[in-house]
Amino acid sequence: MKKKYVGVLLSVAMVASLLAGCGSGAADGAAAADAGADAAVEATEEAAEEVAEAAEGEAEAAEEEIPTSTFGDANGTHLEMWTFVELHGQHYGKMAEIWNEQNPDRTIEITCTTYPYGDMHTKLLTSLEAGTGAPDICDVEVGQYPNVVAGLDKWLVPLDSAAEPYMATMVPARMQTYQGSDGHYYGAPYHVGATAMYYNVAAMAEAMGISNDEVIAKIDSVVTWDDYVKLGEEYKAAIGADDKYWTSVDTGGVDWLWIAMAEYGDDWTGGFEGPANVKLDSVKKMLTMQQDWLKSGLAMISPDGHVDLEAGFQNIMDHNIVSFPKALWFMSRFTNYMPEEKGNWYIAKCPVFEAGQKCSVGIGGTGTVVTQQSQAKDLAAEFLCWAKMSDEGEQNIWDTLGFDVCNTAQWSDDAFAHDDNNQFNQYFINYPYDVLNEIGMDNIGKISVVAISPTINEYMCTTTLNEVLEDPDYSVDDALQECQDAVDMEQ
Amino acid sequence: MKGKKFVYSQKVAPYVFVVPFILSFAIFWIYPLITAFTMSFQDIGAIDSEWIGFKNYTKLLKDKVFLIAVANSAKYMFFTLVLLIPFPMLFAVLMDSNVVKAKGVWKALLYMPALTSVVISGTLFRLMFTEYKTGQMNLITQALGLGTYKWLKNGWSGMLALLILACWRWTGVNMLYFLSGLKAIDTSLYEAADIDGATPVQKFFYVTLPLLKPTTIYVLTISVYAGLAMFLESYMLWAGNSSPNNIGLTIVGYLYKRGIEKNNMGYACAVGVVLLIVALIINFTQLILNGTFKKEED
Repeated sequence: MKKKYVGVLLSVAMVASLLAGCGSGAADGAAAADAGADAAVEATEEAAEEVAEAAEGEAEAAEEEIPTSTFGDANGTHLEMWTFVELHGQHYGKMAEIWNEQNPDRTIEITCTTYPYGDMHTKLLTSLEAGTGAPDICDVEVGQYPNVVAGLDKWLVPLDSAAEPYMATMVPARMQTYQGSDGHYYGAPYHVGATAMYYNVAAMAEAMGISNDEVIAKIDSVVTWDDYVKLGEEYKAAIGADDKYWTSVDTGGVDWLWIAMAEYGDDWTGGFEGPANVKLDSVKKMLTMQQDWLKSGLAMISPDGHVDLEAGFQNIMDHNIVSFPKALWFMSRFTNYMPEEKGNWYIAKCPVFEAGQKCSVGIGGTGTVVTQQSQAKDLAAEFLCWAKMSDEGEQNIWDTLGFDVCNTAQWSDDAFAHDDNNQFNQYFINYPYDVLNEIGMDNIGKISVVAISPTINEYMCTTTLNEVLEDPDYSVDDALQECQDAVDMEQ
Repeated sequence: MKGKKFVYSQKVAPYVFVVPFILSFAIFWIYPLITAFTMSFQDIGAIDSEWIGFKNYTKLLKDKVFLIAVANSAKYMFFTLVLLIPFPMLFAVLMDSNVVKAKGVWKALLYMPALTSVVISGTLFRLMFTEYKTGQMNLITQALGLGTYKWLKNGWSGMLALLILACWRWTGVNMLYFLSGLKAIDTSLYEAADIDGATPVQKFFYVTLPLLKPTTIYVLTISVYAGLAMFLESYMLWAGNSSPNNIGLTIVGYLYKRGIEKNNMGYACAVGVVLLIVALIINFTQLILNGTFKKEED
């Protein structure tokens, strides 16, 4: 009999080792795919962000088990939740505890599983297509969102009624980002990702020989891009160094162009109906302006493509640039990677081309969806919207995730917005939420993220921006035409 | 007991032992291969898919970005073959000779990079090749008075970075393959050569090289495939799948871009099938030329 066991044992060992071999190969791919594991990821550009951190985490995760945590009442309704950022899962865990206290008759138990970025989206899509195996609630990164929302109410539960109690104060642009082509809301947002201008007040004051307050007064008086350029020229003249610049322009990111489009109310994707058109006046204006800046020495090209990479952080820390526009989630890059800069930076509205235009645009994000495969759709939808839009939910998002929350009711709440224990309130000269209030929820524009979006972003970041910015004499019209041709191939 | 008889049967036993492999091979290789092939003739939609014949393939032929990806992968494969076969072979011969002291240390040093994750090493190389003045490469060029250079924005220097990463990573592995090949060569052959008065160079060309041929063919075969299938290195070096003017885009990178980023699985499968065919053609040509399929001479 012993021999038999040995034989069985050997076979099992062989299968196990083979499977282990497959597993590690898959893990490699997963690690690669995970580059975008951040809530504030947007298609091509932000797919690059936190690559080192996320990848490291995944490399470790690949060898360990997939992190799964269960929170809440074991006797309550069970909900499965998938995410690609472990911190997001903890947010729902905390919210489930509060929910159970408030709703003792409808308690829930939630199991949050964190998969690598690529894996999670592939798994979700596959299970939605197969009609089985999907979780109740799932995070979907905005760049992947068009693929998921393509199934509309066959795959996802419309959140319209569950979100209704909060809609009056939710930033409309962010809710629209996660709308389906049928007009229903399918995703609940974490953050606005509102773009604002970051200024290094300390460096400017030192160079210009004036006090911080005087610099802030000058920044506050900037309304248009012309004002912005004037202030930049003043700074350039004061510092008088060739290797110090006012700002840096991106060859690997489209944030500047999104701002320009939002200001004019344009959208190069054309929304769900399309067709996509990149030859917009707003885009041309921004690119031409940036070419002028490069020629006059006002701006440099962001090292390695954009400011949200290690070289970009170093560039900021070396004070080679003293202003740049970025979404408010970039605040966490300051606190994580540039702690030395604490107290130097001031956040202000972005300049506009013409006074009265919208001055911000929501960039990046993760929408959370409820799937039709859920056994408790209504409860899941209600819990999700509560966890992401209510006072309690928004408080926890700001405290644990550090995002600019979408419910504007919080923005003016003194205890929420001016809490001096908050690390971001401590880090920056002014309160980030004051900037949001100044911008106002109606002045935050929206660029659609639809099926054609990755194509546009990709061509812009690989080709167009490199052409016009690496060679400031390159014709903007020609470059945009080339991009349009590439986009037309796909639509 | 019938079961006992079955298990102990000498005829059945070999099959029982190969079953795990056959099963996993069928489930994880054959099945995906066939599905990929059929999917490449479909437009895979969110709700349903439709057959579209050769449309994916005809589009692929006109796709300029795909052609760039093919050219990049081909270049990368060619240069890795040029660099990663002769040099590891030379190192292996040195390790096998009495010229080198502290062989264990050298072997460990050369092999170590293969143990690090590509994700981590890719990130490190990206930081080394950054266009910012603090990057390792730019520190060197600045010390030489050449100023800074945008390494990852120009075709040749981007390829250089990829090749340096590949060599750093794989030299040790290939060296070990050759080393094991060398150990299998009978020392009496060298003694015989010595008696005949052969120089070390002659011994290398007339004894070592021909007898290493099976190892060389093996290394060549896996290198062709590894070169064509490279993806992660480029993905990490450019912190994503988008490199300026697609200088770092590979065939698999393009497959990932189409399949995962744009969720166009049908088209991605067509890319995969083309990659498979190209790899098979190159490897079969190479194996036939090397005489692998000829009957062994007596």
